[in-house]
Amino acid sequence: MNSVREWIYTGRHAVAERWHNAPRWTRWAVIGAVIVFFYALPNREFYQWLGPIPTTGSNFGQVLFTISIYVLLAVGLNIVVGFAGLLDLGYFGFFAVGAYTVAVFTSPSSDLKTLWPWLLALPLAIALTMVSGVFLGTPTLRLRGDYLAIVTLGFAEMIRVAATSSEFLKGQRGFNQIPHPPGSYSDGKPIFGVLDPRPYYWLVLTVIILVVIGVRNLNRSRVGRAWISIREDEDAAQLMGVPTFKFKLWAFASGAAIGGLAGALFAGKQNFVSSQNLELLNSIIILAAVILGGSGNIVGAIVGGGLVAYLIERFRGIEFFGVELYEYRFMFFGLILVVMMIFRPQGLIPNRRRAAEFKDRRKEVIVGG
Amino acid sequence: MDFNALFSDFGGYTITGLTVGAIYALVALGYTLVYGVLRLINFAHSEVFIAGAFAAIWGWAAFGLDRDSVVSGFGSIMLYLLVGALIAAVASAGTATVIERVAYRPLRKRNAPPLAFLITAIGASIAIAEAFGIYTRRLPVGAPTVVKNDVLFEVFGAEVTVVQLLVIGSALAMMVALDLFINRSRIGRGIRAVAQDQNTAALMGINKDRIILVVFIIGGAMAGVAGMLYDIRIGTLTYSVGFLLGLKAFTAAVLGGIGNLRGALLGGLLLGLVENYASALFGANWKDLVAFVVLVVLLMFRPTGLLGESLGRARA
Amino acid sequence: MRQKFARLVGGVAIAALAMGGVTACKSDSGTDEAAGDSCGAKIAFFGALTGPAAALGVNMNGGVKLAIDKYNKENADCQVTLVPLDSQGNPEQAPALAQQALDDAKILGIVGPAFSGESEAANPFFSEAGLVHISPSATRPSLADQGWKTFFRAVGNDYSQGPAAGRYIKDVLKAEKVYVVDDQSAYGAGLADEVKKVLGASVVGSEKVQGEGKQSDFSATVTKVKSSGATAIFYGGYYQEAGLIRKQLTAAGVTATLVAGDGVNDASYITGAGAAAAEGTILTCPCQPATEARGSFVEDFKALNGGEPGTYSDVAFDAANILLAGIKAGNTSRDKMLEFVKGYSGEGVAASYKFTETGELDPTQVKVWAYKVVGGQVVPDQEIPKS
Repeated sequence: MNSVREWIYTGRHAVAERWHNAPRWTRWAVIGAVIVFFYALPNREFYQWLGPIPTTGSNFGQVLFTISIYVLLAVGLNIVVGFAGLLDLGYFGFFAVGAYTVAVFTSPSSDLKTLWPWLLALPLAIALTMVSGVFLGTPTLRLRGDYLAIVTLGFAEMIRVAATSSEFLKGQRGFNQIPHPPGSYSDGKPIFGVLDPRPYYWLVLTVIILVVIGVRNLNRSRVGRAWISIREDEDAAQLMGVPTFKFKLWAFASGAAIGGLAGALFAGKQNFVSSQNLELLNSIIILAAVILGGSGNIVGAIVGGGLVAYLIERFRGIEFFGVELYEYRFMFFGLILVVMMIFRPQGLIPNRRRAAEFKDRRKEVIVGG
Repeated sequence: MDFNALFSDFGGYTITGLTVGAIYALVALGYTLVYGVLRLINFAHSEVFIAGAFAAIWGWAAFGLDRDSVVSGFGSIMLYLLVGALIAAVASAGTATVIERVAYRPLRKRNAPPLAFLITAIGASIAIAEAFGIYTRRLPVGAPTVVKNDVLFEVFGAEVTVVQLLVIGSALAMMVALDLFINRSRIGRGIRAVAQDQNTAALMGINKDRIILVVFIIGGAMAGVAGMLYDIRIGTLTYSVGFLLGLKAFTAAVLGGIGNLRGALLGGLLLGLVENYASALFGANWKDLVAFVVLVVLLMFRPTGLLGESLGRARA
Repeated sequence: MRQKFARLVGGVAIAALAMGGVTACKSDSGTDEAAGDSCGAKIAFFGALTGPAAALGVNMNGGVKLAIDKYNKENADCQVTLVPLDSQGNPEQAPALAQQALDDAKILGIVGPAFSGESEAANPFFSEAGLVHISPSATRPSLADQGWKTFFRAVGNDYSQGPAAGRYIKDVLKAEKVYVVDDQSAYGAGLADEVKKVLGASVVGSEKVQGEGKQSDFSATVTKVKSSGATAIFYGGYYQEAGLIRKQLTAAGVTATLVAGDGVNDASYITGAGAAAAEGTILTCPCQPATEARGSFVEDFKALNGGEPGTYSDVAFDAANILLAGIKAGNTSRDKMLEFVKGYSGEGVAASYKFTETGELDPTQVKVWAYKVVGGQVVPDQEIPKS
């Protein structure tokens, strides 16, 4: 057992070393290959060769779309939790705001009857979620961490109750016939039709790549350094002249905007939005995904989001001693979280600086422990 | 808004509000105790509650009471109540101990950051709730009628039933007992010491791990009794009710000032009342929203809750 | 080290290319293998088999299972298989499952989707691909006017059940004060609205509660009902909350009769409320008593599934039989199956079937029955007359 652990440990380090020492062009080539792989993934011609990877109980293309939405959400939440260290338990609420904004302005079943095209509603959805992020953040970001957690959780619950109970938001009856994104092939067939999930997946994948580039740049700018200083020691950061409240609000709002974007994309694909989509568990799953992947690390968040969404769906259709594993998926999910936090609290692919923080903490003297 | 509904039966809403609030308060105690000592939101506490609620029903079933049986006679009612409370308290305290051992202690030994604790807590909570869900095939489980819900007396035109009196009365009694225990006993002094400063307390010769275990056991036992009272009041139990109830209880703890025992009582009762009045005014579907709005508004003006955080600072 | 890395990357690239080459050859053979004969055809059941609303889905799946089992016994040389698609009643999961059904060219028809919410999300897929589906239980009226080509339902919609429930309260119970509660679900709220329309001024109050297991304490609602002095309560929603409400009403000393729709028509309601509290509850359903269904349906169902048939078991059985009749008649492509169902008319165990242009069950075939809980059992009470 111990030797296996050591073997994994050294192996992982060798890979990390190699990656950091590899010349620039090899790194780009590997990143390029990974991106090409993911663009090719939803094609049946490609994934049928991947053995046990594709899901068997539901269409793999559709599942990939769901996974990509989760990845986008994880990237967004990573800004809030990973970079700025703010504990947000109600992140899915922003997803809801985005999806509902699109639904209200585009669906024929909405009371507004504006019937906008999807593309017009998209910027509005992002703007509104950003505003709601600022709106929620202004009173709550002055609170300490634990209170922030409960208030954000309450926020997600409020959104759900409002969506279920208000006449305007239609509750479970929901909004149908939400238009798809625009565009058509040369033969006049729409690119974003009902049946083919691939264009949606490619769209989200492209959005993810753009968002990751943006977030990476943001993180390496003054803003990102301010976030790290807040995460490590808020009081010290304040003393050093970092306007902590402003930057916390920034993190909250940009995270929210990405959540709203994901919601708008989801609404454009699903073309039906109802309050049944707003389970509180979703917020927790995304948070768990970020921490599982390695909070503070964009790649970690991507891996975490993808892995969690994929594994939950992968359990479908597998029988084990005559028991359908799908029924047990959340129990396993919970157990994995516990085990993971005990043995690898920094996540699968940790942020280097964070990993160092963990190591430091471990060395601190624990009295009477 | 339906003021008519509220004022035509104001007493009735108040009594039911206090009953709901008493259960919140009992569960909130667990959150507040653990938070006061460890600065940790024990997210899995809602499942400690659920474990007690199921244990009471199954315990009664072992004594031959199924969902359709009605217990009569003062003696046997008391007997079944005590048996149910005991089984529930033991089951819940046991669950809390297991959670502490498996999910928290390893992290504490490594001095892990607070976020890691929260995630294991969430993981444990999901796993336990799902295990109950799978075991009960996600169907509601009916509880026997241990206490018949007869009207006992009237106060200001509001009927008070036996169950309501039982719930409020036992919650208050347990609160007083706990308060005395924390403030008067030797172990209570240890708890307060650890809450004030873990390291110094440990240096003074207090066994920190044992104190933490005691805190989990007390909080668990309280939640277990709350679970039994819930069974009696609601009559039916589903595996998934713990999540929202736990959230409400935590809200109650924050409302009163987390880490403060009397705050938990005050917050619980207040939340129960607010919720019930809101149900009357806006309809039952809006009550959760009102509860959270109250919390957010209160935190804006009093960031440490109504009574402030003070488990450690209470004087002996 | 650097060389090794370059070699690795190169190797991966070559492997990928090779794969791509092979892929090109294989792509045609996969799924498009059109089912030339009726043998090996599949029928899918689309609905909740796990999750909070599973009890209803399991009932229906049992009916479909029985239909296919019977068919296979009669046509031993040419078997049909059942594909269960467990949606948990969640619209979010519906598209992936719908697409999964479309991917399998052997699937010629679907029984379901069982609920209205998931229908909204899944039906566009079926319509686009021309895969016929007969829902045994999705009763939201608006489903029929969305222009879906492949939508059929083997039950009456809420417009037939809601008014019938209202008439029962008015004419049979003769209640003058009625309290209406719903769970805000598409199904429950729709039903409650129809009931309110029929009852008019005799509705003394209405209340919305939270469904899907979100609420377990209905004390505020109970207080309202109690002070309203209502003699009948209509609940639009599903069995889980109905059981809790009934139990808490009875515990508070409210003896008013609870009337509810088919979403409550399930044995789990009695389990939840307790037999004593549930006694006398009236449950309406646009379905004939399953136990009165013609032929040996009940015995066969028990023999195969080991339990009594529940709500919609018989309708699901009939829906599956319509599809099986199509397969038997040699309709081995999805287009032909669609045409077959469109033109179908025949007898089932629960009703006679014939569909309108929009896929609704022919209104003359819709029968709404009232059931009553007596001694812990749901027993048929009477058929509610039309108007």
